[in-house]
Amino acid sequence: MTNEASLTFSGLTLGYNSHPAVHHLSGSLKRGSLTAVIGPNGSGKSTLMKGIAGILQPMSGKFAVAAKQSIAYLPQQSEVDKTFPASVMDLVSLGLWPKRGLLSRMTKADKATLVAALDVVGLSGFETRALDTLSGGQMQRALFARVLAQDADLILLDEPFNAVDTKTVGDLVALIQRWHSEQRTVVVVAHDIALVKQNFPETLLLARQKIAWGPTEVVLTHENLARARRFTEAWNENAAWCDVPGDMAHSHGHDAHDHHHHEHHHHDHGHNHHHNHHHQHDHKAGA
Amino acid sequence: MYIFFIQPFADYAFMQRALAGTLLLAIGAAPVGVFLMLRRMSLAGDAMAHAILPGAAVGYLLFGLAILPMTIGGLIAGLVVALGAGAVSRYTIQNEDASMAAFYLISLALGVLIVSLRGSSVDLMHVLFGTVLALDNTALALIAGITISTLLTLFLFWRGLIAECLDPLFLRSVSKIGTLVHFVFLLLVVINLVSGFQALGTLLSVGLMMLPAAAARFWAYSTLTICTVAALIGMVSGVAGLLISYHYSLPSGPSIILFAGVFYLCSVVFGKRGVVQSRLRSHRHRIA
Repeated sequence: MTNEASLTFSGLTLGYNSHPAVHHLSGSLKRGSLTAVIGPNGSGKSTLMKGIAGILQPMSGKFAVAAKQSIAYLPQQSEVDKTFPASVMDLVSLGLWPKRGLLSRMTKADKATLVAALDVVGLSGFETRALDTLSGGQMQRALFARVLAQDADLILLDEPFNAVDTKTVGDLVALIQRWHSEQRTVVVVAHDIALVKQNFPETLLLARQKIAWGPTEVVLTHENLARARRFTEAWNENAAWCDVPGDMAHSHGHDAHDHHHHEHHHHDHGHNHHHNHHHQHDHKAGA
Repeated sequence: MYIFFIQPFADYAFMQRALAGTLLLAIGAAPVGVFLMLRRMSLAGDAMAHAILPGAAVGYLLFGLAILPMTIGGLIAGLVVALGAGAVSRYTIQNEDASMAAFYLISLALGVLIVSLRGSSVDLMHVLFGTVLALDNTALALIAGITISTLLTLFLFWRGLIAECLDPLFLRSVSKIGTLVHFVFLLLVVINLVSGFQALGTLLSVGLMMLPAAAARFWAYSTLTICTVAALIGMVSGVAGLLISYHYSLPSGPSIILFAGVFYLCSVVFGKRGVVQSRLRSHRHRIA
């Protein structure tokens, strides 16, 4: 069962105002895998996270989360209201929501869980601190503690290392490694290529379309990165409509669109298919 | 002392009813006001208060100056505006402040038009400013019912409200309850304003909701304490306002709200987190 998929995309297209930000993404994430999502600004990384977290509805295609998996999602810009009269403990205890819901109150064991979570992220003694007294890094640690408390099977972190000092990055990466060792599926949007090479076995390189997906050392080649860099963020108001027959059951997947030309965003499906994606899915178990 | 503070309530049944009504209103409205404030919707309460007017006016137009039809009318109008504005902000790109403003302005214009169809400006004054001294038993029962259901709902939805205020995006990622919490909360705002409008009028009923809440923010740190302090401030303002209005023959509604206003201004200056305290504190600091 090592190859059991935690998350499967089939021609998933997500976007805004009928312009795709993630275009026909197909592939799957193994259960227990640790994947970095990288790509230029505006390449659809956060959009993909929102889609998986269920905050954004797909425009076409679909994704399937394996049964009985709980999801924890840490957005790039959390909407935490720091001026709200709440303590660090109150914030972290939100992580128990999926378990406790609206009505039941916290048990002693819950409290112990939360204290332990704060301890793991190095915020012991911060339990009763007001949120508006936290620094950016401390806030990020508190949000990690909340993810910890959620005890989820699938963990989505959107740029968790932004504006965080080196020591904190180290601590957070250690926590991510721990989740990985606990067989949780972890997906992290990141920018720092050195960090990704060092810590993430798998990488998805995204530039609206999937550029490459697989073992990090295979994906992060100069050629692939150069291709991702050629991606232009701006959408073309007059881009042709994408009419792919059989959106979901396309045997070749859709990353075969002409990547070199996708700036112009036309989908002449007749030409220039690189079938280079096939091998990228055949990750070795335990990679 | 006795003559000033106790006798008016001991001697007159209308004062007793006014006292009971005001205290109940303060207990129900204050915590709702606290959440309005914490969600940065302080002015939404004001907008909702205006929105209630046409409903109350229709009730008044059809049945005259009777509490029940006016209340039901106000409730319906308030709910239409709250749900309409809530839905527009939730499902379109428009923010709640803009949609709320649009809906309440439509509602207010309609309300003034309807009132003018029948009455003189005295009637309009009555609907706008209420008369706490004329609360009858039906009105009192209504206020009591609304206060009790408000407290029960707050108890049930407490964690949901906190979560929805503190981190709405997170709540959306783990649960679908956020939308329900939002609408339940808007419902609480409407019923508490309707509850207050017989006593204080549609415009001033929001005063007993927002002023104690805004004042309490200067005294306490946790949400529960802020709510408690706000309810206390509301109750004290109620009693003080009634006494002043009785002894000096002033209109009761504005007296109560002005007392709450005095509390607010004092809290801004002297509160634990007010101007004076934060000036004093900045001179001393710990080493870590």
